[in-house]
Amino acid sequence: MPRKGADIVIETLKEEGVEVIFGLPGGAIMEVYDALYRDGTIKHILVRHEQGAGHMAEGYAKATGKVGVAMTTSGPGATNIVTAIADAYMDSVPIVVITGQVPTHLIGNDAFQEVDIVGITRPITKHNFLVRSIEELPLIIRQAFYIARTGRPGPVLIDLPKDITQQLSDVSIPSEEEVRASLPGYRPHVEGNIQQIKRAVDLIMSAKKPVLYVGGGAVNAEAQEELIELAELMRIPVTTTTQGKGAFPETHPLSLRMLGMHGTYYANMAVYNCDLLIAVGARFDDRVTGKVDEFAPEAKIIHIDIDPASISKNIIVDVPIVGDVKIVLRKILEEIKKRGAKILHPEDRERWLEQIEKWKKLHPLTYRNSSKVIKPQYVIEQIYEVTKGDAIIVPGVGQHQMWAAMFYKFSYPRQFLNSGGLGTMGFGLPAGIGAKVGRPDKEVFVIDGDGSFVMTMQEIITAVQYKIPVKVAIINNAYLGMVRQWQEFFYDKRYSEVDLSVQPDFVKLAESMGAVGFRAEKPKEVREVLEEAMKIDDRPVVLDFVVDKEENVLPMVPPGKSYRDMILEDGKGTSEAETMYLVG
Amino acid sequence: MADTAGSSQITVKKGPKFRETRKGQVRKHIINVLVRNEIGVLARIATLIAGKGYNIESLSVGETHEKGVSRMTIEVIGDDIVIDQVVKQLRKLIDTLKVRDITDVPHVERELVLVKVHTPTARARDEVLRIVEIFRGKIVDVSPETYTVEVTGDEDKINAILELLKPFGIKEMARTGKVAMRRELFVDENLQD
Repeated sequence: MPRKGADIVIETLKEEGVEVIFGLPGGAIMEVYDALYRDGTIKHILVRHEQGAGHMAEGYAKATGKVGVAMTTSGPGATNIVTAIADAYMDSVPIVVITGQVPTHLIGNDAFQEVDIVGITRPITKHNFLVRSIEELPLIIRQAFYIARTGRPGPVLIDLPKDITQQLSDVSIPSEEEVRASLPGYRPHVEGNIQQIKRAVDLIMSAKKPVLYVGGGAVNAEAQEELIELAELMRIPVTTTTQGKGAFPETHPLSLRMLGMHGTYYANMAVYNCDLLIAVGARFDDRVTGKVDEFAPEAKIIHIDIDPASISKNIIVDVPIVGDVKIVLRKILEEIKKRGAKILHPEDRERWLEQIEKWKKLHPLTYRNSSKVIKPQYVIEQIYEVTKGDAIIVPGVGQHQMWAAMFYKFSYPRQFLNSGGLGTMGFGLPAGIGAKVGRPDKEVFVIDGDGSFVMTMQEIITAVQYKIPVKVAIINNAYLGMVRQWQEFFYDKRYSEVDLSVQPDFVKLAESMGAVGFRAEKPKEVREVLEEAMKIDDRPVVLDFVVDKEENVLPMVPPGKSYRDMILEDGKGTSEAETMYLVG
Repeated sequence: MADTAGSSQITVKKGPKFRETRKGQVRKHIINVLVRNEIGVLARIATLIAGKGYNIESLSVGETHEKGVSRMTIEVIGDDIVIDQVVKQLRKLIDTLKVRDITDVPHVERELVLVKVHTPTARARDEVLRIVEIFRGKIVDVSPETYTVEVTGDEDKINAILELLKPFGIKEMARTGKVAMRRELFVDENLQD
C-alpha cells in the first residue's frame, strides 16, 4: 500500500522493535514527527538540547544492550548531536541517529538549516547514509540497525531529506536475510581461529603469572559467565577497564578492579609483572597502557577482539584472536577442559595470587576521611551503601568519574556507564536518563561533577517532564577538578582557568526545574540527604555535595609514564623495591 | 617490597623492563581496493588515509567487469605497521569488498602519461620520435611547435622517458595513477618480462 516516506520510517522502526526515540523536532524532520504522532505506539522523549538526545540513546543502549535511537532536525539539530555520535563511536555504543535534511533539490545550495552532516560525521560513525530515494528508505534503516548492533557496535547516522519523507511508495520492508545480502562487504568475524585458540590455551595453561585484562567488548558480548568460569578454573586474577566494569564482579576475590592511569596499585603491579596478559575485548588505550614500551614488559599477550583493526594497533600481540568474545571464550574453555583443565605450574600460580594479595594489603584503595569536610570518596561509599551496591552508576567526566569507578564496587555488566573513550563532560545526566528509561527497574545514580553537570543540566527538565526518577549526585568542589589536579602535579599549582566558584545554587536550580534538590555540606549530612533522596521515585533528585576542594584522584600514573612511576594514595611515588616482584 | 618466599623458577630482572616495540620501515605501498560504487566511498577511503596523516601519492579508480564494483589502486608512502592498520581499517568500511596490500606480492603495474613536448625544429622532432619508438610510445597529437606523446609502462619506464624528454622542454604533462593487479600465483615471477 502506498504510504508516505515518514510512515515507512515509523513502520521500519517498529519492525526493528524500537520502543523509544530521544529527539527534538524541527522543519526538516516534521513529517516523521507527524507520522510518529499519528502512529502513537513509539514512546518519544523530548529533550532540551540534541546532544542530550544522543547521550540518552547511548545510556539506553549501554544499559540494555539494545540499539538506542535519536532523532533531530537538519542543520543545528544535526551538529548538536555530533559530540554524542563521536562518544558512541569511541565507546562502541550501538545507536542509530536519524537527522532531517533539506529537500533533495536544495542539497548543496546553502539552504536554510542545511549542513553536510554525512560529511561531518564520516570519521565518527561506523557507517552513515544519505537517503536518495524513497525506495531505498526501508532497506537503509534496516541496514543501519544491523550495522549498529553487529560486529563491533557503533553509531550509524541516516540523513533523511524532507521530500523523501513526503513522497508516497508501496515499497516493502526487507527481511533480515535481504539486509545481510545487501551488504556484501560487511561480514563481521565471530568464530575465532581454532589454531590461535589452541595456542592461547597452551599459554594459559603454562603461564606462571597470568592476568586477564577485560574491556567493554566483554560487556557487549555478554561474556560474564565465561569470564568467571575461566578465571576460577585457571586461577587467573582479573582487571577491568572502565568500559569492562561489571563483566567480572569487583566483589570477587580474583578481581583486581581497574587498571591504568587511575587503576589500583595491585592491578597495575599485576599487569606490570605478569608473564601472560589475556586481553578480552579491550583495546590497549593510552589511559590503560601508559608508556607503551613499559606496559606488561615481560608478558606474552593474547588478544581476543571482534575488531581485527584493534589487534596490534597500540601493542604488538603474540596471539591475536578475532572473534566474538563470548564465542571465543567458550571455545577456549572447551579446549582447556579437553586437556583436563590442568595448570602446569600450580605452585607458581598460587604464589602469584599470594603476591597479589600482598599488593592488595600494601596499597588498598583508600583515602583519608574527615569529620569536618566531605570527602568525595566518602560520598561514593555512602551511595554504594544506600543503593546496596545494586544501582546503575552513570558518571560525567573528571575526578568524580574516577572516584565513582574506584569507590563503588560493580558486580554486574552494564552497571557502570561512562564516557571512556571520548571523555565527554556532560555525558552523565542525559546518559543516566536514557539508562533509567531502558532499565526502570534499577536505581540509576548519576554521579556528576559541578563542571560536567552544567554542560547538559537542562535535561533535568526532560526528566521532570517524563517523571524519570534519576538521582544526580553532584560532587561539587567548585573547580574543574581533574584539570586542577594536573595543574597541581605538573604545572606547579598554576591554576589556570579552573575556578568554578561561581555556579548556580544547585538546590534552587533543581527546584526551579521541578526536581527535588538537597545539599550536604557536612560529612554527617551525606547519609541523611541520600536517604531522603531514596524515598523519591516520581521525579529527579539533585544532590549537591559540597566537598573538599583540592582532593586528588590517587593512585595515578602520570600521562605517558610507566606503571613504575605511579603516584600513590599519600601523594608519593612508589619506591623501586615496591615496583619489583622480588623473589629470593 | 622484598618478598622472599619465592621459587627459583621465576626469573626476576632488576631495573626497568621494556617491551619490545616493532618499528616498521617507511616505504611506498600499493593497495588494491575493490569497492561498491556508492556515493561517498572515495571520500571515506580518502578520509581514513588522511586521518593517519598520510598523503595519497596516486590513486586510480575505474569500474570492473562486475556492475557496481570499482577497483581502486592507491599508492601511499608510510610505515609498514601503520599501513597494515590502514588496510585493516579499510576492510572495516561497509562499502569495501576486498582490500589487499600488494606491495610485496608479485604484481603487474602500469601507468600512462601524456606529455606535450616542445619540438620547434625538425631535429627535435626526429629525436623525440626516436625516443618514443624506443619506449614503444605513440605520438597522439602534432602541432607545428609540439608533439604530444603517450607512453604506458611501469613507474621506472615512465620516469626514464620523462628524463629523456625534459631537455626538449615539457609544456604540459598528465600522468595517471598506477593501476596494479596481482599476478596469478602459479606464474613464476622470473618467467615474466
